[in-house]
Amino acid sequence: MKSVIRGAVSALAMAGALAAGAAQAADDVIKIGVLHSLSGTMAISETTLKDTVLMMVDDLNKNGGLLGKQVEAVVVDPASDWPLFAEKARELLEGEQVAAVFGCWTSVSRKSVLPVFEELNGLLFYPVQYEGEESSRNVFYTGAAPNQQAIPAVEYLMSEDGGGAERFVLLGTDYVYPRTTNKILRAFLNDKGITDADIMENYTPFGHSDWQTIVSEVKEFASQGKKTAVVSTINGDANVPFYKELGNQGINAEEIPVVAFSVGEEELAGLDTEPLVGHLAAWNYFMSVESDVNDSFIEQWHAFIGNEDRVTNDPMEATYIGFKMWAQAVKQAGSTDVDAVRQAMYGQTVPNLTGGTAVMNANHHLSKPVLIGEIQDDGMIETVWSTEKEVVGDAWSDFIPESAKLTADWTYPWVCGNCEAPKYVTN
Amino acid sequence: MPALSKLFRLRAFAVLIVLLIPSAASAELAQDLQALTEKSNATKVAAVESLAAGGHERAVPILQAFLAGRLFQVKEDDRMVVAEDSAGGYRIFDAMTGEALGEVGKRKLRKVRINNRLRQAVKAALGALTLGSSDPAARIQAADAVFRSAQSDMLGPLEAALARESDLKVASRLARALAATELATSDDKATRLAAIEALAAFVDQEVRAIVSGLLIIDGEGRPAEPDSDLRAAAAETLKTIESKLAFNGFIENIFQGISLGSVLLLAAIGLAITFGVMGVINMAHGEMVMIGAYTTFVVQEVFRASFPGAFDYSLLVAIPAAFLVTGLVGIGIERGVIRFLYGRPLETLLATWGLSLILQQVVRSIFGPTNREVGNPAWMSGAWEVAGGLTLTYNRLWIILFALLVFALLMALIRFSGYGLQMRAVTQNRPMASSMGIRTGWVDAMTFGLGSGIAGMAGVALSQIDNVSPNLGQGYIIDSFMVVVFGGVGNLWGTLVGAFSLGLVNKFLEPYAGAVLGKILVLVVIILFIQKRPRGLFALRGRAVEN
Amino acid sequence: MLLSNDHGRLLSPLGSKITLGLLLSIAVLVPLLNLAVPPGSVFHVPTYLVSLLGKYLCFALLALSVDLIWGYCGILSLGHGAFFALGGYAMGMHLMRQIGDRGVYGNPDLPDFMVFLNWKELPWYWYGFESFPFALLMVILVPGLLALVFGWLAFRSRVTGVYLSIITQAMTFALLLAFFRNDMGFGGNNGLTDFKELLGFNLQADGTRAGLFAASAVMLALAYLLCRWIVCSKVGRVLVAIRDAESRVRFLGYRVEFYKLFVFVLSAMLAGLAGALYVPQVGIINPSEFSPANSIEIVIWVAVGGRGYLHGAILGALLVNYAKTYLTGAAPEIWLFFLGGLFVAVTVFLPKGIIGSLPGLQGRLQSVLLRFGLPGRTAG
Repeated sequence: MKSVIRGAVSALAMAGALAAGAAQAADDVIKIGVLHSLSGTMAISETTLKDTVLMMVDDLNKNGGLLGKQVEAVVVDPASDWPLFAEKARELLEGEQVAAVFGCWTSVSRKSVLPVFEELNGLLFYPVQYEGEESSRNVFYTGAAPNQQAIPAVEYLMSEDGGGAERFVLLGTDYVYPRTTNKILRAFLNDKGITDADIMENYTPFGHSDWQTIVSEVKEFASQGKKTAVVSTINGDANVPFYKELGNQGINAEEIPVVAFSVGEEELAGLDTEPLVGHLAAWNYFMSVESDVNDSFIEQWHAFIGNEDRVTNDPMEATYIGFKMWAQAVKQAGSTDVDAVRQAMYGQTVPNLTGGTAVMNANHHLSKPVLIGEIQDDGMIETVWSTEKEVVGDAWSDFIPESAKLTADWTYPWVCGNCEAPKYVTN
Repeated sequence: MPALSKLFRLRAFAVLIVLLIPSAASAELAQDLQALTEKSNATKVAAVESLAAGGHERAVPILQAFLAGRLFQVKEDDRMVVAEDSAGGYRIFDAMTGEALGEVGKRKLRKVRINNRLRQAVKAALGALTLGSSDPAARIQAADAVFRSAQSDMLGPLEAALARESDLKVASRLARALAATELATSDDKATRLAAIEALAAFVDQEVRAIVSGLLIIDGEGRPAEPDSDLRAAAAETLKTIESKLAFNGFIENIFQGISLGSVLLLAAIGLAITFGVMGVINMAHGEMVMIGAYTTFVVQEVFRASFPGAFDYSLLVAIPAAFLVTGLVGIGIERGVIRFLYGRPLETLLATWGLSLILQQVVRSIFGPTNREVGNPAWMSGAWEVAGGLTLTYNRLWIILFALLVFALLMALIRFSGYGLQMRAVTQNRPMASSMGIRTGWVDAMTFGLGSGIAGMAGVALSQIDNVSPNLGQGYIIDSFMVVVFGGVGNLWGTLVGAFSLGLVNKFLEPYAGAVLGKILVLVVIILFIQKRPRGLFALRGRAVEN
Repeated sequence: MLLSNDHGRLLSPLGSKITLGLLLSIAVLVPLLNLAVPPGSVFHVPTYLVSLLGKYLCFALLALSVDLIWGYCGILSLGHGAFFALGGYAMGMHLMRQIGDRGVYGNPDLPDFMVFLNWKELPWYWYGFESFPFALLMVILVPGLLALVFGWLAFRSRVTGVYLSIITQAMTFALLLAFFRNDMGFGGNNGLTDFKELLGFNLQADGTRAGLFAASAVMLALAYLLCRWIVCSKVGRVLVAIRDAESRVRFLGYRVEFYKLFVFVLSAMLAGLAGALYVPQVGIINPSEFSPANSIEIVIWVAVGGRGYLHGAILGALLVNYAKTYLTGAAPEIWLFFLGGLFVAVTVFLPKGIIGSLPGLQGRLQSVLLRFGLPGRTAG
């Protein structure tokens, strides 16, 4: 019995020690959470975004902070471990009482933290292009939805300027973003009269490094008499060996152009892009875009990171827009209260880095311009085509029957992320 | 801004020169050049064609600059210039005259945009202009560009070029271009029939694309080629080409399997020593490979900064450098940690796992988490086109050779050197070796260093085909263990055979099962194989086996 | 009573009593302090801590199952995460079926990911999971069956040592790749998520979390008792004998493979249960649970705590995971140095793990734990 009591005391001591780690938010600072992997497989992409948020916080504080308070970024490392994302999100929201969280890259990490944000009514700014099919009250999606990236890119490939492709290879990493994107693209292509016989779909695991067979298959598929293009949703690490194989097997962009949705300046920085000149990427921002606000952003980034060679990319722009919008919404609401800030977010505008304006829509997605660029020999991507004006992000794709009927609108009378009819009936 | 004022002076001078040669050709050239800066790609294509047709002597350099992304417009006065990289920005030359105009900053120039459609047009135009080049490689390029554009006005020049061509390889490419152009542009059925038959001699995927293009049937059931005789001939030619392509594809598949096997061998061979021979479950093996790759990066950076001309030889320096660096790291690990753990092999798993976390973080802290660029030297870029549909990439060929070379050297070292003898003695019977006067501690450290060093050399090779990031090693560690265990722990020949057989099995399964299922099947095969032969392919015999 | 019996030197009764006492008291206290004490109080345990501790307890159960085979039978499984994940998937499938038509597409039969992958009907292997007892059965049966088949093949052909370790790694790696495939019907990389309720209780509610926590603690205590009973029994002695000298045991006429198979299957089932308790508490199950690195980590928890001491495994799991939680928050940029350093230091300085090194480390503790018998060798 004695030992049982002793055990109980120790248990209490342990719980106490854990609780002590969770300090309450002080009154004179506004805390925000940064939830990006700094180790593990995703560190390669996410660390840059952590630095971007820190740069923005730094900048904000130099200019007097927010509501008269300094902003403090609480950085944690979810280590590319999806359940750890949920744990860390809970720690940030409940333990650190942060006003907003900037974070996540992969879909699965977002899905993992989503219930936590909804339960605790937190605010997540998600800065990466994704598969859509989601609109949470507690998430603002500042990356592209499929209609802001994939469909314009394929339209371009089918146009005369893009080479007039009639046959498509859809290569992707086997996870939900490529699956959904390719499903939408297939529906779109079928709509345009391209039959399933002219579409090849292929999925590979994460970090796939031996592309010999697949590149040979692409060459084979392309030699059937119709102009062929490759649409790549290959993710992260797998891109470098893919492009190296592509370059070495001599697939050049005029014969078989490859358009990628997950390859930006950062991925190209690890590559000799000489053999890849002319392959395409579709994003909402390129570092090469000529605008004053982009020039000063690049300058600020180089000064902050202390390295003139570091590139900027699309998710960084999305982080930039998200952070600016949040700061504006906090000012407008006069508080960091999540409900007040959310209301202030709708219709919030921020000049984007390409010279236009980003608008937050009622479906929690941004309006963004779509740019198609070609890879240059210096690792930059130069715009070759862009939309006339910003495209509104579509949470639910029109090309998937089940989702076409759904609407996301968080303002009255809808107030819903996935409804077929408004929640409130006006009369 | 001295450079700029100099520019203004030079500009005035250049304008004068242009004014002094008021020929009609120059005016046309200037007009075409200006048209290249238009927004519409159709206008630009027309300008490219007009430039080529004009036959001005500056047309070729201008088009080449345009193709290479070196054609710019000075923002200030819209002058067209060709730029070369220089220390302070760009060294520019007047596009019309080739006159040097000094140096300007990068932001002073506006690039003349080019895209794939224009690149194609430029290549076709350059092809037409360079069919008569003195360089055979340039003639091949020209012939291929003409082959792809297949324009009727090229028939004459092609025939003329074919008639005077003495190089057999170039002649064959010219003939291919001629047949394709005739097929695409001629109205005469007999000519086209002959062209289709001629094309059967060229087994490659581009010809196949052209021939099968005739057989396409559109949405309304109309064939692309209305003439049924031509379709029949095309079907015949296609059959010939495809059967040859299928055979070449088979050879290529074997090559790819061997190539994958050589990558596995390189990754596993260091582990075959640290794990197989020494019994250390070395989870930090992947990190040794990664450090080798980063050493390559550092060596290349030094080359880029100090000896840019010798960049192609950087790998030759990187190989011994990587061997030394990782070998020393390995010796450090052995002396610092592993030597306390002999006789407790399973605990080496724990310690080396900890070390691998630390090493990853060290590299991440020093080099950052993003990929680093390791360039391919020229002799490792591109592919050797053995035949149509059979291309062997140079980097893979070199890696196969390198893997075999490393293996052979290692075997020789173990077999014939005094150190090799001592190493074998220590691993077979430590107390006995020790009582014979062998410094077992020294041999252990050297052996671990050797295994790590070889892993480092593998890193040099892998940096040529994969990411150079802190996670590089993680991707190979499991495969390496599979290879060593499949081949038989403690047997280097087993590692060799294991690596190549797993590579080949994987590549032959992949086309049927897909990349993922193929890999799963290989793993299942390994599991089942170990049931059949619980000590791997080449099991060690004797008493040492039991415990 | 079981606890007061002397089971020889394999497990000290005192260590067991402390472990059990701790487990049962936190099973009561933590939920109580979470639910009954107002949030302002210093004694209040916040909900996030409850689910965090609950997660640790699931890991502890997993570590226990590994210690049972590694510490007592010398089977080093580098694929135990697979059994954990399979148990987790079985529970996850039940939770998915509980969502019913509350998913985003409102399909009453199909989980959301199947709807948007164009699946028309539920695959056969999802049948039955709407029933909780069936799911619970599968939580135990699926890992058990895999362990049975795998173990039968491996032990019968006398695959031992590193060969066994590496093929267990191959097994979990193959499963990882398989579960990543969206075509398998387990949600691919995103896995199963967005759970709503378990047995009618809302998973987001504090009460449910506290309940799950208590269930994990009780389950861990029961599993601990079970393992203790086994290792202290005659079977346990045979297992230890197999660990120390397999051939001799075989020569003595024991059917070594049956003993190994028994304990391997049991361990897999415990791992499956741990997974099943883990999933509702963290809210997601995804193929990365199958990753070989995870399985290696489990072995490391055991080694840190002390291999061959059941409470050592529990302590190791709690300690390493707490360190990970703390360090990823406190030193996000350099925490791997600390964690890696911890692993190296433990191996070099505490070869028997923390529990195993306690007597030698602290004389005072040694006198307190006077009857703390030294277990058998820790090296295989």
